[in-house]
Amino acid sequence: MDLTYTAAQQAFRAEARAWLAANVPAQPLQSFDTELGFAQHRAWEARLNEGRWGMVTWPTELGGRGCDLIEWLIFEEEYYRAGAPARVNQNGIFLLGPTLMEYGSEAQKARFLPRMATGQDIWAQGWSEPGAGSDMAAIRSKAERVGDHYVINGQKTWSTRAVWADWVFGIFRTDPNSQRHHGLTFILLPLDTPGISVRPIPQLNGLPGFGEIFFDDVKVPVENALGGEGMGWHVAMSTAGFERGLMLRSPARFQETARRLVQLYLANREAADRDPAIAEAVMRAWLDAEAYTLATYMTASQLVKGGKIGPESSTNKIFWSELDQRMHETALSILGLRAELLPEAPAAGDVGQWLDGFLFAQAGPIYAGTNEIQRNIIAERMLGMPRA
Amino acid sequence: MDFSFSSDQLLFQDNVRSFLLNEVTPERLRELWQSDSGRCAALWGQLVELGLSAITVPEACGGMGMNELDFILLAQECGYAGLPEPLVDTMLVGVPLLAGLDAQHAPLQQRWLARIAEGRARLAVAEPGNPLVSDAHVADLLLLAHGDEVHAVERSAVSLIRNASVDPSRQLFQVQWTPSASTCVASAEQAQHLWAGAFNRGALGNAAQLLGLAKRMVDLAVDYSFERKQFGKPVGSFQAVKHLMANVAVQIEFAKGPLYRAAHAVAHNLPGQAVQVSHAKLACAEAAALAAKNAIQVHGAMGYTWEVDLQLFMKRAWALDKCWGDRGLHKARVRAALFDTGLAIGAGSTF
Repeated sequence: MDLTYTAAQQAFRAEARAWLAANVPAQPLQSFDTELGFAQHRAWEARLNEGRWGMVTWPTELGGRGCDLIEWLIFEEEYYRAGAPARVNQNGIFLLGPTLMEYGSEAQKARFLPRMATGQDIWAQGWSEPGAGSDMAAIRSKAERVGDHYVINGQKTWSTRAVWADWVFGIFRTDPNSQRHHGLTFILLPLDTPGISVRPIPQLNGLPGFGEIFFDDVKVPVENALGGEGMGWHVAMSTAGFERGLMLRSPARFQETARRLVQLYLANREAADRDPAIAEAVMRAWLDAEAYTLATYMTASQLVKGGKIGPESSTNKIFWSELDQRMHETALSILGLRAELLPEAPAAGDVGQWLDGFLFAQAGPIYAGTNEIQRNIIAERMLGMPRA
Repeated sequence: MDFSFSSDQLLFQDNVRSFLLNEVTPERLRELWQSDSGRCAALWGQLVELGLSAITVPEACGGMGMNELDFILLAQECGYAGLPEPLVDTMLVGVPLLAGLDAQHAPLQQRWLARIAEGRARLAVAEPGNPLVSDAHVADLLLLAHGDEVHAVERSAVSLIRNASVDPSRQLFQVQWTPSASTCVASAEQAQHLWAGAFNRGALGNAAQLLGLAKRMVDLAVDYSFERKQFGKPVGSFQAVKHLMANVAVQIEFAKGPLYRAAHAVAHNLPGQAVQVSHAKLACAEAAALAAKNAIQVHGAMGYTWEVDLQLFMKRAWALDKCWGDRGLHKARVRAALFDTGLAIGAGSTF
């Protein structure tokens, strides 16, 4: 155990800090769930890529730096510390990217990864269907093999970034006689393919952060299947899934929220202390954000040493999503009567983005596998409890 | 940056774990409840044979000179086994306190530390703020507080009044003794410093044991959830029961990082160690408290009986929860550091 950064790690941090200081937009971008904001965020992805900061863990030939996970954590710390824009292509770079590297053919990697890295292709995800949410194996959308194409019919929903994204990945039933996890295939397709229509779904904040995607005789070449026909469930659930889980929510994000919460509390301390539970909740937010960071460094250290990530990583999502909810609840408690005001309201004062964050935090325990499903996974795969 | 244990440290943990599982069985723990002292010279002898009484004793005194980080996984295993012998307090508190005395007490240090390492003497140490001293009855030397001062008093110079605990494995005593110039081994600022260090190491060892206890209670409850069948199925197959255990598992996972970072900070005497120890204690104590509550629920009525072994670990967790600083004390330390000292926080400030 050595809890100090090497000289090379410190130099890497300094380089990232300097670049971000010079390049992070002075004015916050608009939400990427607006048309203008989406374009601004796409341009930011290109800028990041020019500086070779788009995806530091990727190999250099793909515009990355070949960083290990400790360096990735350092970069993320600097990124959030600098207040840099949210990553509009997170479905691509954090979810699909690692899967492509593990399962993609050389041709697929060459075709998709560079354009993903530059933000030329922004990705939406297509997992859920109206009848397949927590029970994802109930997927019914069909991809029928016809010669060198699949013909897709069906519907995906809660498809994040679907409204302005360029491509979507998802799993589809390629074997019409299959049941449950079998006979599914992981397929990538452009959202402007004829037969696809997208219906935006406004979220709690009124913006269309996700949508429904309807497939009506959509033709996709078979080379757009990833990891082989019938292997869709395996690809989606593979070991890469654990690492994706690690990278989806880096601890720096929650550390910065906790830091801003401490500042908000200190700036409103007298009023906040009318409820002693608030000071305790603020303290706990900081401790829990630290605990999440420490757990991530422990996992990253194991992986860097060549170890494998275990089923205990399924505790991550519960921990960060519930932490995020509690932090935002606490912020609204501190803000009191101002908590309900939108930031542009004349009397809003220092409300900042807490309300929007609070709304988004409500989604945390639901998306990426509900926390109830995560608890089942922990009980069965980590603790070895009897299956239902 | 490498936040992981070495293969040697993990191997040592495995060995101690196997030993404790074989030797410190629930049956043996219950037998010890029936004995006068509640302690077992033979068991202590086995621990000595494994080298466990020499781990943190300086090499110059015949010990292994290892630090708190080397010991932390073993302390966790002591918790997992519900080991009643005061190995953790001796190795993490008593020995370093004795070793920290200044040069004029070198003869006292040499004499006692060597004997402790060899298993020929045992120590008891007062927990700051606690009027009761654990395991005073089997100690040859007691390290006691008088005001801020540290006193080293031989067993023959004290009289003890036993206080029964909810955990029959605990041996707690009021100690009646007379402080004198000859028993005083540290005073004023030096003594305050020694007690502060002792308190942090005690809380660290306590946290490690609580984490081990939490894991043990989960393991017992998970086993029981297979055995017990209702509605024609093992009760562990029901989601409501699963989630009781999953919630504890989450708390255990996120207590490890704070515990190991605190052990590292104490071992290297880093600034910020007090807050980090408090974080570790809070996280581990909360994990153990939830483990106790949810494990008894999974056991149903059986969990409320004397017969089922859950009580061995549950009661220990309830007792240790309040020792070496209760949660109120540790929360106050964190709040003070966070709100009143301008502590650097946020991304990139963890290490």
